[in-house]
Amino acid sequence: MADPMRIRAVARDGSVNVKVLMSHEMETGQRKDASGKLVPAHFIQSVSATYQGKTVLQAQWGPAVSKNPFLEFNFRGGQKGDKIAVTWEDNKGEKRTDESTIN
Amino acid sequence: MNRRSIKLEVVVALAGLAVACAAHAQRKEAAASATKDAVTADFEKFRAVMEEASPAELFEARGEELWQAKRGPKNASLEQCDLGLGPGVLKGAYVRMPRYFADADQVMDAERRIVHCMVTLQGFKAQDLAKQPFSNESRTPDPVVLVTYVAGQSRGMKIAVPQKHPKEREIFGIGREIYNFRAGPWDFSCASCHGEDGKRIRTQELPNFSSKEQAIRAFQGWPGYRMTGGLMHTLQWRLNDCFRQQRFPEPGYVSETLTALLTYVGANANGHVYKGPGIKR
Repeated sequence: MADPMRIRAVARDGSVNVKVLMSHEMETGQRKDASGKLVPAHFIQSVSATYQGKTVLQAQWGPAVSKNPFLEFNFRGGQKGDKIAVTWEDNKGEKRTDESTIN
Repeated sequence: MNRRSIKLEVVVALAGLAVACAAHAQRKEAAASATKDAVTADFEKFRAVMEEASPAELFEARGEELWQAKRGPKNASLEQCDLGLGPGVLKGAYVRMPRYFADADQVMDAERRIVHCMVTLQGFKAQDLAKQPFSNESRTPDPVVLVTYVAGQSRGMKIAVPQKHPKEREIFGIGREIYNFRAGPWDFSCASCHGEDGKRIRTQELPNFSSKEQAIRAFQGWPGYRMTGGLMHTLQWRLNDCFRQQRFPEPGYVSETLTALLTYVGANANGHVYKGPGIKR
């Protein structure tokens, strides 16, 4: 099971700034291990963020994104005290969703 | 013109040249220090951006879970582990180590103490833990994750390595000896690189660990997430790497040698604020 994300969300001037740190290997599928065999690709393919049932961010990622990725974005209209949820899904079908309260 | 006056003229000309050279050198030096400052300032900007997104936090979170989990042959958690401030007290423990522990009758640094707890409380075998002491791409050893968690509990606190117990003072002296001990195929010591102000390797400035002002830089940013390879490392790894780079034999995992060095540098850094686990290039 994947490790939890760290999500920080702060509301200011009518918009919410969200910082997400994800724990993922992000293997490109191009690297070889010590015995010369290819390390199979394993990376996050889609990321989405939802606020009160509405999707505020949707992204498609590829193997060029770094290990343990960091994502920062802003969206308009979020309220302090509400929840923001972030979900990722990788190419092996593994999924993880975490929630955080907006400060 | 007689010979004497020719000589005089030559001397005057040379003196003029010397003045010009000195002025030129001064300008060059000023320019060099300006570029150096610009490079250092850019490095600091880069570090500030990286610190905001430091994956060290992910390891801290994992360490918290690991600390509370019942594990090992004795199926116990580490919550009864005494890091010097009482069983289970983590706040401020990291910045007060290395310190003397009466139950073990020796001075221990943070990682050594945590390994000691894993052995005594959880029943793990020290030789098993020493099999893979440092992170590689397939595995981050448990002590690394635990040290990162414990270090995070001292974020923003002042380094206060105790020097009251005679054994603490003794090991400080041993640490100073090791730091200054020149040996190996390159006749190196720690002090060769870290014993003078203003030294650097490529663009990296080298802190002088014998200085009360700079010794803090040995602790700042460690345990650290290295962007090269994306691995989490503790001071045990960093000091081990210093031995390797000097072409010295590498010390054993959580050896007394490293406790001694950490006591020497730690006590020198006393009073400076520790910023918590960090990120390294």
